[in-house]
Amino acid sequence: MEKVTTMPQSAEKVLDHAPLFREPEYRQMLAEKKLNFECPHPDQIVTDQRELTKTWEYREKNLAREALVINPAKACQPLGAVFAAAGFERTMSFVHGSQGCVAYYRSHLSRHFKEPSSAVSSSMTEDAAVFGGLKNMVDGLANTYKLYDPKMIAVSTTCMAEVIGDDLRSFIENAKNEGSVPCDFDVPFAHTPAFVGSHVDGYDGMVKGVLEHFWKGSERSQAAGTINIIPGFDGFCVGNNRELKRLLDLMGVTYTVIQDASDQFDTPSDGEYRMYDGGTKIEDVKGALNAEATLSLQHYNTRKTLEYCNEVGQATASFHYPLGVQATDEFLMKVSAISGQEIPETIRMDRGRLVDAMADSQSWLHGKKYAIYGDPDFVYAMARFVMETGGEPTHCLATNGTSTWEAEMKELLASSSFGQDAQVWAGKDLWAMRSLLFTEPVDLLIGNSYGKYLERDTGTPLIRLMFPIFDRHHHHRFPLMGYQGGLRVLTTILDKIFDKLDRETSETGVTDYSYDLTR
Amino acid sequence: MGLDYENDGALHAKLIEDVLSQYPDKAAKRRKKHLSVVTSKDEAGGEDKGLSECDVKSNIKSIPGVMTIRGCAYAGSKGVVWGPVKDMVHISHGPVGCGQYSWSQRRNYYVGTTGIDTFVTMQFTSDFQEKDIVFGGDKKLEKIIDEIEDLFPLSGGISVQSECPIGLIGDDIEAVSRKKAKEHEKTIVPVRCEGFRGVSQSLGHHIANDAIRDWVFDKDDVAFESGPYDVNVVGDYNIGGDAWASRILLEEIGLRVVGNWSGDATLAEIERAPKAKLNLIHCYRSMNYICRHMEEKYGIAWMEYNFFGPTQIEASLRNIAKHFGPEIEEKTEKVIAKYRPLVDAVIAKYRPRLEGRTVMLYVGGLRPRHVITAYEDLAMVIVGTGYEFAHNDDYQRTGHYVKNGTLLYDDVTGYELEKFIEGIRPDLVGSGIKEKYPVQKMGIPFRQMHSWDYSGPYHGYDGFAIFARDMDLAINNPVWGLYRAPWKKMKDAPLRAVAAE
Repeated sequence: MEKVTTMPQSAEKVLDHAPLFREPEYRQMLAEKKLNFECPHPDQIVTDQRELTKTWEYREKNLAREALVINPAKACQPLGAVFAAAGFERTMSFVHGSQGCVAYYRSHLSRHFKEPSSAVSSSMTEDAAVFGGLKNMVDGLANTYKLYDPKMIAVSTTCMAEVIGDDLRSFIENAKNEGSVPCDFDVPFAHTPAFVGSHVDGYDGMVKGVLEHFWKGSERSQAAGTINIIPGFDGFCVGNNRELKRLLDLMGVTYTVIQDASDQFDTPSDGEYRMYDGGTKIEDVKGALNAEATLSLQHYNTRKTLEYCNEVGQATASFHYPLGVQATDEFLMKVSAISGQEIPETIRMDRGRLVDAMADSQSWLHGKKYAIYGDPDFVYAMARFVMETGGEPTHCLATNGTSTWEAEMKELLASSSFGQDAQVWAGKDLWAMRSLLFTEPVDLLIGNSYGKYLERDTGTPLIRLMFPIFDRHHHHRFPLMGYQGGLRVLTTILDKIFDKLDRETSETGVTDYSYDLTR
Repeated sequence: MGLDYENDGALHAKLIEDVLSQYPDKAAKRRKKHLSVVTSKDEAGGEDKGLSECDVKSNIKSIPGVMTIRGCAYAGSKGVVWGPVKDMVHISHGPVGCGQYSWSQRRNYYVGTTGIDTFVTMQFTSDFQEKDIVFGGDKKLEKIIDEIEDLFPLSGGISVQSECPIGLIGDDIEAVSRKKAKEHEKTIVPVRCEGFRGVSQSLGHHIANDAIRDWVFDKDDVAFESGPYDVNVVGDYNIGGDAWASRILLEEIGLRVVGNWSGDATLAEIERAPKAKLNLIHCYRSMNYICRHMEEKYGIAWMEYNFFGPTQIEASLRNIAKHFGPEIEEKTEKVIAKYRPLVDAVIAKYRPRLEGRTVMLYVGGLRPRHVITAYEDLAMVIVGTGYEFAHNDDYQRTGHYVKNGTLLYDDVTGYELEKFIEGIRPDLVGSGIKEKYPVQKMGIPFRQMHSWDYSGPYHGYDGFAIFARDMDLAINNPVWGLYRAPWKKMKDAPLRAVAAE
């Protein structure tokens, strides 16, 4: 049979994939491909199976999985280490092990931040698997030092190096002895096995590695009232860290943000490529030993680091991603208590404006049900803020959430009448979330770009507030933390609600009686 | 072939010298072999101007610490060859990261109900924990396969994509696959693509090809009535729909595409491949192995083709048609004539906006050579090109495409690429996501040439129109003229004016 095709494409109006393949020529071609060559299941069987996945019966099987993980919301340790290293002055990440991993971390970070992401690998292959990667470390450090002119090289590991048991401390020492880098050059390190914990632990390990490198053997002389702040792994570090610093500056606090990637992942376009920008100064890291206290903004990102800070004699406290009213209150009051600085009137005005906005919009938010997933501290923060707006966090899920996190979440949810029906899902993945959304639906889903598949399958509107965000641009440049951040989160949620309502009420002569001009 | 021009070989030689001077001696010596400037050694050779091994060394281990852009064998197998097979569940076997970072990132378009009968944009992982490393993961793998069968009964098969630890801890994924395949009566393919194997993605392609040979072919009786014009398209991963924009042309000239590997493919399309009359290879690098095997074992001829830009599309269509004789050749001429007005209109619209603009490429697979003529069809000039994971036979094939003086870089390092771009200041760079933002910071337009920067397709006539549009919108966007604050003195080298004309 001769195919007669017209032409969907034209130079006047170039169609790319989205419209092009909806043209009749292509639809026919794809239908025939399926029928003649794909050996597909009959449509009815596919439909039946699809419907089955929406049931409680499927949910029970799905949640009973013991081995298979599908669409997890977590990454591996070295990603956290590479992110952490990016928060220090002129620091190059050096990941010891297979090279493909480094290509992945760099791509992952670049796709989220829309920014360069630099890191090198020791490029270990089969021979290194047999003999160990010492030679790779020796050559690699020399090349990195010479080519990329770093002030510090932060070494972490891929699972390959961990499985064969390479020892970073002795390898780095060896490399220094062989002259790869000067003996006094700073090469902090962290073992970051991908088969333990997640990216939040890799973050923890690398920050601790940096602190240990600079603090070990130094005498601490406490400077009263000074504070260190560790933000934790945060895809919104660009907006958040800047807002945080603004608040601390307004309070007149003497502080050091330890691990600040806000400038590194937000360099300007002016003709110059800055491989390194911003970050915590090495001198400041050294000086941070003397701080009275170290505060972590994300508890589950800094468990080992804070333990170490305690060991050296600092007071410590940790928060769960201070977002919303009460969480920000607590954070600021803690800072005030340690520093002895009052919270100024300007900040109280900020707070009042957030509360004002919440009051203005409360009728649209009260009773809304949410599913929230992401890193443990973020989920905690969002659930808390949602409850402040009168919303109900129905499903709270963290693939990298521990049993301690689960207990903490339950305590939080029990503290509010809006948390009474909430369920906490530690260790579960987004395929589990799919079943939860089908069987116990919610109004809104809060998570990251991966959630778009859940939005497609279950029709739950997705709000992207968590790393990684690949399919929307620049959100990370605005803060989520603090009162100003709360305003941003509030507006984002409201926009989603209003857009959906407008869509649902826009059918002319059918639903548009409710297509109100003022809402 | 195509446009006639020569590049500034002297400048390029100087740039190579400059970058090498910055390496430690040992590394400089190794990198030197990967960098070169094209010279015409054999004027009389005419068409047969292949680069030889003396020009550029390739497929050699990357140097530690230099910021290679390469990936790994797992990326080559799961990410490239197996991942797009849509009705199979591909398990990223090992820790969580590899599957997470490669999840939905290669844009292998497909049609199907995801999670029900198709699974491409999902991340299945065994999420190895410490105890799996210590005690081995075979038991876990068995359980995973059972759970997949239970939750995804319509899957056509399963592949096990090994991550680094699997080969290091001595798991026997082959035994598990054999056992479970029998139990569930399903194709289960173990792939030994641990990331530390080989020097790049490339060995992963080869291992993945071998797995097709060993674990898919000759396993089942394939009921299929073959015809005289049956072809397989091999090595088109349907990035942004490329395979569809190609298929439509092959069908129009009268061929029957009985399998497409592996974009939008079902396992059935792979199983029946040995029944076709001809294998058409798009990405030679990643799939030549299995084509050679099919030639040896089943006597199926294979042929390379290039569907980027009208010059190559026409040449390729004619070449393919020649294989099938006058009837197909006649149809082919009609198809070429049918699309000629579209091609003319695209070139008339975009050539004036792009003519003479210079391009540097750094990609993988076939693109560092195959897209060159598409640019030249728009009168653009290729000043430098290089491969992430090529072999010697790729560079041999590149000689036919590049002009004198072109800068060549194999497994380029972040440092070299930055310095080359700075020294040449091309009007456009085509490379990957890791390269995109550094280049744009310099004020140089950029297109991702792995993912088509979320656009595409670029194959075929329909794709060429999109390709031309995209290059135009990249180069002629007004943002490039806004980089310098007007109150800053213009004492530095001025940015090249790139405003739309």
